[in-house]
Amino acid sequence: MSEIDALDSVVSQPYKYGFKTEIEYDDFPRGLNEDIIKMISEKKGEPDFMLEFRLKAYRNWLKMTEPTWPNVEYPKIDYQDLVYYSAPKKKPKLDSLDEVDPAILETYEKLGIPLHEQKMMQNVAVDAVFDSVSVATTFRKKLAEVGVIFCSISEALKDYPELVKKYIGTVIPPGDNYFAALNSAVFTDGSFCYIPKGVKCPMELSTYFRINNEESGQFERTLIVAEEGASVSYLEGCTAPMFSKNQLHAAVVELVALDNAEIKYSTVQNWYSGDKNGVGGIYNFVTKRGICKGVNSKISWTQVETGSAITWKYPSVILQGDNSIGEFYSVAVTNDKMQADTGTKMIHLGKNTRSTIISKGISAGESNNSYRGLVKIGKKADGARNYSVCDSMLIGDQCGAHTFPYIESANSTASIEHEASTSKIGEDQIFYLQSRGLDEEDAVSLIINGFVKEVFKELPMEFAVEATKLLSIKLEGSVG
Amino acid sequence: MLKIVNLHAEVDGTEILKGINLEIKAGEVHAVMGPNGSGKSTLSKVIAGHPAYEVTKGEIYFEGKNIEELAADERARLGIFLAFQYPVEIPGVSNSMLMRQAYNSIRREHGEEEMDPLEFDDYVHQKLDIVEMDPKFLDRSVNDGFSGGEKKRNEILQLAVLNPKLALLDETDSGLDIDALKIVSEGINKIKDSSKGVLLVTHYQRILNYITPDYVHVLKDGRIVKSGGKELALQLEADGYDNIIESVNGEAK
Ligand SMILES: Nc1ncnc2c1ncn2[C@@H]1O[C@H](COP(=O)(O)OP(=O)(O)O)[C@@H](O)[C@H]1O
Ligand SMILES: [Mg+2]
Repeated sequence: MSEIDALDSVVSQPYKYGFKTEIEYDDFPRGLNEDIIKMISEKKGEPDFMLEFRLKAYRNWLKMTEPTWPNVEYPKIDYQDLVYYSAPKKKPKLDSLDEVDPAILETYEKLGIPLHEQKMMQNVAVDAVFDSVSVATTFRKKLAEVGVIFCSISEALKDYPELVKKYIGTVIPPGDNYFAALNSAVFTDGSFCYIPKGVKCPMELSTYFRINNEESGQFERTLIVAEEGASVSYLEGCTAPMFSKNQLHAAVVELVALDNAEIKYSTVQNWYSGDKNGVGGIYNFVTKRGICKGVNSKISWTQVETGSAITWKYPSVILQGDNSIGEFYSVAVTNDKMQADTGTKMIHLGKNTRSTIISKGISAGESNNSYRGLVKIGKKADGARNYSVCDSMLIGDQCGAHTFPYIESANSTASIEHEASTSKIGEDQIFYLQSRGLDEEDAVSLIINGFVKEVFKELPMEFAVEATKLLSIKLEGSVG
Repeated sequence: MLKIVNLHAEVDGTEILKGINLEIKAGEVHAVMGPNGSGKSTLSKVIAGHPAYEVTKGEIYFEGKNIEELAADERARLGIFLAFQYPVEIPGVSNSMLMRQAYNSIRREHGEEEMDPLEFDDYVHQKLDIVEMDPKFLDRSVNDGFSGGEKKRNEILQLAVLNPKLALLDETDSGLDIDALKIVSEGINKIKDSSKGVLLVTHYQRILNYITPDYVHVLKDGRIVKSGGKELALQLEADGYDNIIESVNGEAK
């Protein structure tokens, strides 16, 4: 029996773990080695260059050590105890996502967006990634009419291998960091968007990530390319059921904007964050980076991070093209025992490049919330400008907020402005609003919405509404 | 309208109000004066329902109803308004947004229809004149980056908009220059009428040159040690708190 056959027979055993969504899984055995990587690549029918890319990344990864500098704590992850490929045997349709954990469903009911209505969103094309694979991509035809490619990265590797080859790993090299290297070795699916020259994408593109399998890690890979003069707005949403074990989500997202192109990337991250005592939840260790390759290009990251047990994430922009613009708008909410270490890097290489960083951290419960940001100005970046604001809000007195701004400037013509504040949502603010007639709940949500306003106004409408509701659910009962 | 009977209140275990008796009828202006730390702000916060202050003895009646169990927002919707000595800043929340939400929550309470943003905009613009405030303050975040005087004016703007039955004005005059004091006082005079009660808390009598009180009470160490007509304020100004209080103590012996 060949090794592959042997593994196959293992895989075809019924899986004994209690999954929340009752579907049959096609799982690989636990553990990570070159054979597993070959199996992933083979399963997906990938071109050779991809397998080489993966193996190179894996060999790199073996030599690397897990970063310890983030301001987060977690028990050591046993990478040999994870399942690296887990796909529903039968491809479920997106509208059959309704067998999810009742608590999650309940949450969504509360949000007023039942999961099965997700795909009914008008004018938003959705790629649904369920554990390791993309299960459906909507509106593909309509998009193809204007030349926009929107599909899973697996399909892209089959249908447009040259395009993928040209760009994948160019923004985040396979050896960039520990988790990016791991992702480069074992990524299983994700979205691919290609906006051709001069095209304004006619609808929002969106990927909806779902982790359902308790034992598998999720390693998704997203690549967005906007050619000269193209523009696109992309949304990312994520949820996971409540498991008492932690799941690892180590994604890589690469954005490439050529001359005069614009990419707007918005995330509302609502992974399961563990229970009150910090049991369970997602480890969200994500590398996101965009390059403004062309002149006058623009990349804008907006993120609302409300979930995950641990968040480790620094969506960054390399401002290579002259006059290019990088933006980072972030709201990170932590409650209970959650930990977040998030921020951005703005790397100014081109002349007159501009970046804006607006970070709003809200900490409640016993959580820990850190902003970590780097503004780097290269030698040739004459006239580069950065403006950063990092505000933290504390709810209660058992949580922590930290700010770690790093500035490296090699050009004396650059201007860098940094403002930071920490405030406490106080009894006095609440009392002030109550004394005007607002009840406590309205008072708290008004204060919080005021605090995050600068960031939320960057979100597309549907997301802004969802994010506002998420915030109040997340912080419910944490004040007073 | 407001009746306070033998009110004792404490904060963090320290008794601050030690038996206050006070009655304000509709149309009356009562000035409460007293040295720093005598409990003036505490009295106004307790009436407004600040949760940090615990009433340990006595009662507060508003329009005949004991309001002890009511939260601050419920009292506000009944028609009690507190203009803060130190107005609180709320970044990101526009002044007009706050006032509209507050105004509508009060209207809902009375079973009235909410005002839509356009209607409200008209309504609030009429009120701006009362305190001679620039409309640009409507779009600014509540008290955020306002000067001390602007904050006080903003309190009176809110008073004008929310149109309560009972106004508790906690040192609205402090931090105002003479011109602003005039504007704010005249604003208050325009707002008050025979159906409203005013509790005017102040450290100095100068605001009383503009707003004539019907009664003046001197607060000392959590007790009202002397009450009188408007002439009492002048006497305080001339003789100082110490003398007044001493003579009170003398009388008591
Ligand atoms: N949270 C608190 N804990 C303890 N003492 C307080 C607290 N708040 C106010 N006080 C005390 O109560 C007294 C009255 O304060 P306040 O009502 O603000 O006086 P006034 O407004 O007349 O200056 C002061 O001695 C003050 O120090
Ligand atoms: Mg005071």
